[in-house]
Amino acid sequence: MEERQLLPHLFRTEYRKIISVLCRHFGIEHIETAEDIVSDTFLIASETWGLKGLPANPTAWLYIVAKNKAKDFLKHQAVFSQKVAIAIKTSKVDETIMDIDLSSQNIIDSQLQMMFATCHPCISTEAQVGLSLSILCGFGVEEIADAFLTNKEVIYKRLARAKEKLREEKVKIELPVASEILGRMDAVLTTLYLLFSEGYYSTSQNTTLRKDLCIEAMRLNIMLVDNEKTNTPSANALLALMCFHSSRFEARTNEKGDSILYEEQDEKLWNKELIEKGEYYLNRASTGNKLSKYHLEAAIAYWHTHKIDSQLKWENILQLYNKLLQIEYSPIAALNRTYALAKANGVNEAITEAEKLNLTGNHFYYTLLGELYKTVDKLKAKEHFLSALALAKSPGDKQTLKSKIEQLTS
Amino acid sequence: MQEFLFVFRRAATNNEPPLSPEQLQSMMKPWQDWIGNIAAQNKLVSAGNRLTSEGRVVKPGNVITNGPYVELKEAIGGYTIVRADSLDEATELSLGCPILNVGGTVEVRTIIPMEITV
Repeated sequence: MEERQLLPHLFRTEYRKIISVLCRHFGIEHIETAEDIVSDTFLIASETWGLKGLPANPTAWLYIVAKNKAKDFLKHQAVFSQKVAIAIKTSKVDETIMDIDLSSQNIIDSQLQMMFATCHPCISTEAQVGLSLSILCGFGVEEIADAFLTNKEVIYKRLARAKEKLREEKVKIELPVASEILGRMDAVLTTLYLLFSEGYYSTSQNTTLRKDLCIEAMRLNIMLVDNEKTNTPSANALLALMCFHSSRFEARTNEKGDSILYEEQDEKLWNKELIEKGEYYLNRASTGNKLSKYHLEAAIAYWHTHKIDSQLKWENILQLYNKLLQIEYSPIAALNRTYALAKANGVNEAITEAEKLNLTGNHFYYTLLGELYKTVDKLKAKEHFLSALALAKSPGDKQTLKSKIEQLTS
Repeated sequence: MQEFLFVFRRAATNNEPPLSPEQLQSMMKPWQDWIGNIAAQNKLVSAGNRLTSEGRVVKPGNVITNGPYVELKEAIGGYTIVRADSLDEATELSLGCPILNVGGTVEVRTIIPMEITV
C-alpha cells in the first residue's frame, strides 16, 4: 500500500479497535476522552510519519502511543480521585488498572461489547446507527451526514446527545447476560440492517462511501456470527441477506454511477463468491423456530440470484412476501409483493390489488402501476409513468422513467 | 381506523380422509394470497388462528359435550383481525376469502376498542 494511503486505511481499521478497548477500559462515561485520545494518536502519527517516515510496524506504533496517552489519563484520574477521596491511603497507582490490553482477542471482545452499548435501547435508532458509524466504523461526522443526507451540525448534535444519554444511563460496555442477549440482539440487528440499507439504497452519489457502509455492516455482522453467544439464526439470516444483495454491487451501476435495473443487469458481473457465502449463512440460519423478517428477506434475495424467470421462482417470492408483510408492513414490501403477484398469478389480479394499495405519494407506486399496465393498456401505463415522473426526485429515477415512457411510445 | 373480526365457518367435517401434503399446499396458497392482499394494504392486525375440528362444549351444571356441535350446522374454523375505516370497508376485504369457495361463510364483526379516544 502506498504511504499516503496507509494512514486513512489504518484510521478505518484501527480507530474502532483502539476506541473500543479504551472505552471498555475507562467506562462509557469517558467515551469522549477515549475519542480524543485516539484522534490525538492519529494526529501525532500523521505529523511524525510525515517528518520521519513510516515506522517498521505502523499498527504497533499506534497502539503504543494510544496506550501511553491512556496511561497518562488514568494516572491523572487516579491522582484526582485520590485528592478528592482522602480516604484512599495508598498513593501508588494500581498497575493492573494501567494495563491496556490491545491483544487481538480483547480487541474483538471489546468491539462486540461496544456494539451492544451503541445499540442500547435508551437512545433512538437513528442515534444508534450514527453512533455505530462513528465509534465502530471510524466514520467522520461529515461522512455520516452525507450518508444520512443531512448536515454536519445535525449529526454532531445527535451524537453528542446520544453519548450524554449513555453516560446518564450508566450503560455498561459488556455483553448482555444470556437471558437478555436475544432481546438486545434485535436492536443490534436493526442497526446493522439500517447501516447496510443506508449504503445499498442511499441516493447519495458517493458510491465509494456507499460501498464502505455495506462492507462495515457486513464486518460487524460477521463478528456477531463468529461469537457463539451472538451467533443466532437471525444474525446469520441478516448476513445472508447482505451477501446476496452485495453480490450485485458491481452490476447495479454503470461507469457514470447511474443505477441499472435488475432486469437489465449483466449477471456475469454478479459476485459468485458472495452468493455462495449467502447460501452458506442462510443454511446456518435455518435452525430454531423463529422466522425473522431477515430470514424472509434473505430468502427473497436468494431467489433473485436466479436471473431466469420461472413459475417456481415467482411463486416462492410471492409466498415469502405474503409472510413478510404479516410480520411487518412496509410500502416497499407491499409494492414488491404486488409485482411478484403479477408474475405468479397474472397481471390482471395484480392490477386489481395494486389499485387498492393507496400509496399515491410514492413514485414507485406509479412506476409499478405503469409496469403492470404496460402489456394491457399502453395509454394507462404512460399516464402512470408520467405521474411517477412528477413525484420522482433523484436524477437517476427520472432518467429511468423517461426511458420507460420512450420505450412505450416507440 | 377500527378493528374488525372475521369469523370463518364451514360445515363441520370430521370424517374426511386426511389431505396429502400437496393438497394441503395447494389449499394454503389461496389463504396466503388473500391474507397477503390485506397485509399489502396495511390492514392486517393479526392473521389469527385456525381451529381443529374437535372440541368440547361446557354447559351449566358441569355438562360437557364433545364437538362437533350438533346444534350448529357450521363450526368455527378460524379467525382473523383486520383494520378498516368502516364495517363496509371491512366487508369488502372479506370478499376474496377462500372459505367462500368451499361453501363456508365469513362473519364480519366490529371489535369494541378497549381504549376509547375522545
